Amino acid sequence: MIVLEKRPQPSKAWSYATPLVAVLATMVFGGLLFAILGKNPVEAIGTIFWEPLFGEFAFYYRPQLLVKGAPLVLIAIGLSLGFRAGIWNIGAEGQYIMGAIFGAGAGLAFYPMDAFFIFPIMVIAGAFGGWLWAMIPAFLKVRFGTNEILVSLMLVYVAEQFLASVSLGLLKNPEGFGFPGSRNLQSYESAHNAELIAGSGMHWGVVAAFIAVIFSYVLLNRHMLGFHIRLTGEAPRAAKFAGVNPARLILFCLGLSGALAGLAGMFEVSGPSGVVSIDFNVGYGFTAIIVAFLGRLHPVGILLAGGLMALTYIGGEIAQSQLGLPAAAIQVFQGMLLFFLLAFDLLTNYRIRAARSEVA
Amino acid sequence: MTTPLLSLQGLTKAYPGVVANDQVSFDIGEGEVHALLGENGAGKSTLVKMIYGLVKPDSGSMLLRGQTFAPPEPRAARSDGIAMVFQHFSLFDALNVAENIALGMENPPAMGDLASRIREVSETYGLPLDPYRTVGDLSAGERQRVEIIRCLLQDPKLLIMDEPTSVLTPQEVDILFETLNKLRSEGTSILYISHKLEEIRTLCDHATILRLGKNVGECVPAETSARDMAEMMVGSTLQTPERSGREFGEVALDVSGLSVPSPSEFGTALRNVHMTVRKGEVLGIGGVAGNGQDELLGVLSGEISTAADAIKFNGQAIGKLGPTARRKLGVLTAPEERLGHAAAPDMSLTENALLTGSIREGLESNGFLKWNETKEFAEKIISAFDVRTPGPENAARSLSGGNLQKFVIGREVLQNPDVLVVNQPTWGVDAAAAASIRQAILDLAAKGTAVICISQDLDELMEISDSFAALNEGRLSAPRETTGLTVDEIGLMMGGAHGMEVAHV
Amino acid sequence: MDLGEINPVLLVASLMVAATPLLLAAIGELVVEKAGVLNLGVEGMMIVGAISGFAISVETGSPWLGFIAAAIGGAVLSLLFVLLTQFALANQVASGLALTLFGLGFSALMGQSYVGIKPPSMGDIHIPLLSDIPVAGPILFQHDPILYVGIAIIAAVWATLKYTRVGLILRAVGENHDAAHALGYKVIKIRIMAILFGGACAGLGGAYISLIRVPQWTEGMTAGVGWIALALVVFASWKPWRVLLGAYLFGGITVLQLNLQAAGVAIPVEYLAMSPYIITILVLVILSADKSSAPASLGRTFHASL
Repeated sequence: MIVLEKRPQPSKAWSYATPLVAVLATMVFGGLLFAILGKNPVEAIGTIFWEPLFGEFAFYYRPQLLVKGAPLVLIAIGLSLGFRAGIWNIGAEGQYIMGAIFGAGAGLAFYPMDAFFIFPIMVIAGAFGGWLWAMIPAFLKVRFGTNEILVSLMLVYVAEQFLASVSLGLLKNPEGFGFPGSRNLQSYESAHNAELIAGSGMHWGVVAAFIAVIFSYVLLNRHMLGFHIRLTGEAPRAAKFAGVNPARLILFCLGLSGALAGLAGMFEVSGPSGVVSIDFNVGYGFTAIIVAFLGRLHPVGILLAGGLMALTYIGGEIAQSQLGLPAAAIQVFQGMLLFFLLAFDLLTNYRIRAARSEVA
Repeated sequence: MTTPLLSLQGLTKAYPGVVANDQVSFDIGEGEVHALLGENGAGKSTLVKMIYGLVKPDSGSMLLRGQTFAPPEPRAARSDGIAMVFQHFSLFDALNVAENIALGMENPPAMGDLASRIREVSETYGLPLDPYRTVGDLSAGERQRVEIIRCLLQDPKLLIMDEPTSVLTPQEVDILFETLNKLRSEGTSILYISHKLEEIRTLCDHATILRLGKNVGECVPAETSARDMAEMMVGSTLQTPERSGREFGEVALDVSGLSVPSPSEFGTALRNVHMTVRKGEVLGIGGVAGNGQDELLGVLSGEISTAADAIKFNGQAIGKLGPTARRKLGVLTAPEERLGHAAAPDMSLTENALLTGSIREGLESNGFLKWNETKEFAEKIISAFDVRTPGPENAARSLSGGNLQKFVIGREVLQNPDVLVVNQPTWGVDAAAAASIRQAILDLAAKGTAVICISQDLDELMEISDSFAALNEGRLSAPRETTGLTVDEIGLMMGGAHGMEVAHV
Repeated sequence: MDLGEINPVLLVASLMVAATPLLLAAIGELVVEKAGVLNLGVEGMMIVGAISGFAISVETGSPWLGFIAAAIGGAVLSLLFVLLTQFALANQVASGLALTLFGLGFSALMGQSYVGIKPPSMGDIHIPLLSDIPVAGPILFQHDPILYVGIAIIAAVWATLKYTRVGLILRAVGENHDAAHALGYKVIKIRIMAILFGGACAGLGGAYISLIRVPQWTEGMTAGVGWIALALVVFASWKPWRVLLGAYLFGGITVLQLNLQAAGVAIPVEYLAMSPYIITILVLVILSADKSSAPASLGRTFHASL
């Protein structure tokens, strides 16, 4: 018989090792899944993890890592602060959409004017849109004690409907021959989030993601507010005893994660995507939840996890075109990763040992 | 010689790093009240859990009336006639009395029948109880009655009681003892676990003393002095704290007309509390658990906000200030619950030192943390209070209860408070650590700090406090000087028998 | 625009159909939460139930087998939640999210070859005489059998929780798992049973969408019903009959906004489509003041340390 034994304190070694073990386990079981789907598992796993980095067309895929990883990291950093404090914003997808709408809307309001200040205004508007959307669950939680999980999630569906409404109405391209979707911001220079160095994938969103990582690291390790965030998550009563104002913390964590998600949406829609359309969002807001956990809610971990998850997106697309692997298989693959991570996390806090025979 | 009811033979149980019970053997006779005496951590709880089937011994055996007895689970123990009243009640707040009792029975009758059985048994034993009341609304004494009646309904041969009087007023203790004596006269054996020597001398026929998991002696309590039993229990002579004659200064903390609702559903609201504490004075606040102790600490620490002038510190109204602002002024507190309230279990001692020490010890500047200074502060606490740990980087949960308590109290004491409020400072702490904590509190008072000590341990309060008041259903009795108080007077301040007459057995 | 085209009898009858998936998922989650477990994976279990039920009934031609498969599918997925939360002691919120993310992907994968197919129809029960009563007949007595199964489950859960020992033990475990353990009850075992029941109910609810309500398979077709079901449990204050009431209320809103869309009311379609979600939020706000009836151990991990 196997018993669990609580460790006197969390194991440092396992807290680093579990994400790696989880990735390995996901590769094994993911491979199994691909085999069931009739694909060569080794080839499929190789395509996903090797091809984008070192394959023949790596020069094309590597910049894509930054493009796909940046929004994931940006959102996940925001989420991780809340998750650490036990504040569960799972509606980042909605905040991402609202950020994109606000950001693009602010830019298009100036069309066709050319001016240096348009893009900064869009950045502020994008962050504001996400912040505003996240403040709804934050305010309701503080004022009425409403569950932020359900409210933030419901607001994703509301945001999706709002997105449909503006892409068919308010923001519709007047020269778009009746097709839904806004003007393409890539062809409006003052509003375009262009690559800083051509072909590098490096755009302002990537810069923002790196800044967010550093900011979050300093906050959590060197600042009282970060200490209070961690304390609230570990022991809410102790946090209150230490003088933490829970309401202010909720407003801060939800507001910041909303603003970061909004920024991510704005950078995406003004850059790689270019157009506000019904389905420009591809679920980064939800995948970022996986990224946050996979990175163990630690800024540096999230940076690495964001890269890994971007790799599965890109590798998945390659596998889709080269091997005919269904897109949904990648989604399952990502879901599995979160499963294994949560399961192996056990080893951080518990020791597993075989129990001696239970004879009295 | 007659066969004993239950015979324990060489019971041993080890947990990683600690042997909880080491070759424990003793017998409990039929109709005997047998005391199991020992300090916190002596292994009493593990031993009774083995008898009750919650824990399996590593080796050793038990005989029940001469038959091998090895209950695989509590259900089996119960069907063999073993019943247990837990120290921390195993009750369900949101369920009613009858439902709670049904959960502890193997084959409960229909609810209606059960309710009338409960009424019947409770009257026979002088423990009145309404079967349809929600348990969360009951007082601690009434909750214990629920547990006792749950046991009695199963006609137990052996009733195990784990520290039953820690939640009772002296008057309620008298009622309980009458009930237990009645049970004994009916032939029920009782295993009575306690560390309160006088009680054991009054009630028990025989005592077994445990120390560090071993049976270190047996005695007949009525023929043994409390001092001798204490020394068997602790293994060395005890030091009683020194209290030097002190002069009290001006009033440091003045609480008047303080009323607050409880933040938790089954908590107790504070009603019109008045008290003053002078510099250098120790005010002891007694009372049965659940009568507003947590709320009083919360409102003094600043976790619960109240009318500004309900609490005054050196004349300044501080009722609306939060914990941080109060710490800045010099009003420090140490809550009862160590893990999760006074300290964050998974955080290191360094981080836990920061938890309350950041302001007074200057561990931050503009919100940025000074980890080196914080670590030094943690190390200072560890060495000044003899906290046994490999170092400040260890998690709070890795410390034993006594060591963590020393850390938590030390953290506040070393910040030189003007007012210190502690709740249950020595709860669940071994005798040596308890003595050193009490000494630290007295030393602090000698330096002019006004101290409020909330505790359910009357002996402790008599030992360290200059004046005494008691909480009862959220009301505080008028404080009185400790010297000259009798047990009866204290009991009445605590609410007497809570409106119950002494049972007519 | 012509509101006169909305037939009140049909409206009420279709309200009951719209409410059934919600009702099934919510009553399952209610039992799970009564046992002290918060499973946020309802959406994931529903969508897996939706595809399992759809696939099996298409393959076998039997909607009944489809529903059985859906219940099994939902329960199997909830078994993953069991492994994570009851054995690996993982955080319940994170595990529930994992379940939903995984379920959405997994169902999309399973459902690839079923897009655009029509499932076999279950047919409505027709009770002679009763079904022919004007107004009440079509509203109450002309539905598919699963709708009645849903109501029967509500009644059964209510009676079990209120009158039986199993129900008492379940409530005790959700209220205070340490005390239940001390009395010798198998906390983990009881919770596992509750979680599996919740998974099966969610699966049934999902299949009701794909087999009866819509009926066809599209990716992500549960569209947040699982999340609304979670809100519904709060709305119902953990009381079974109030789950029924709440489900009919939400069903009514859904049906009404669809009817308004069809009738061409001057409100844009997108804003009507938002309404169930916004109303869910409003209801949560109104009810969040009272948390007293929530099981006290809800969401807390249990580990018997001794």
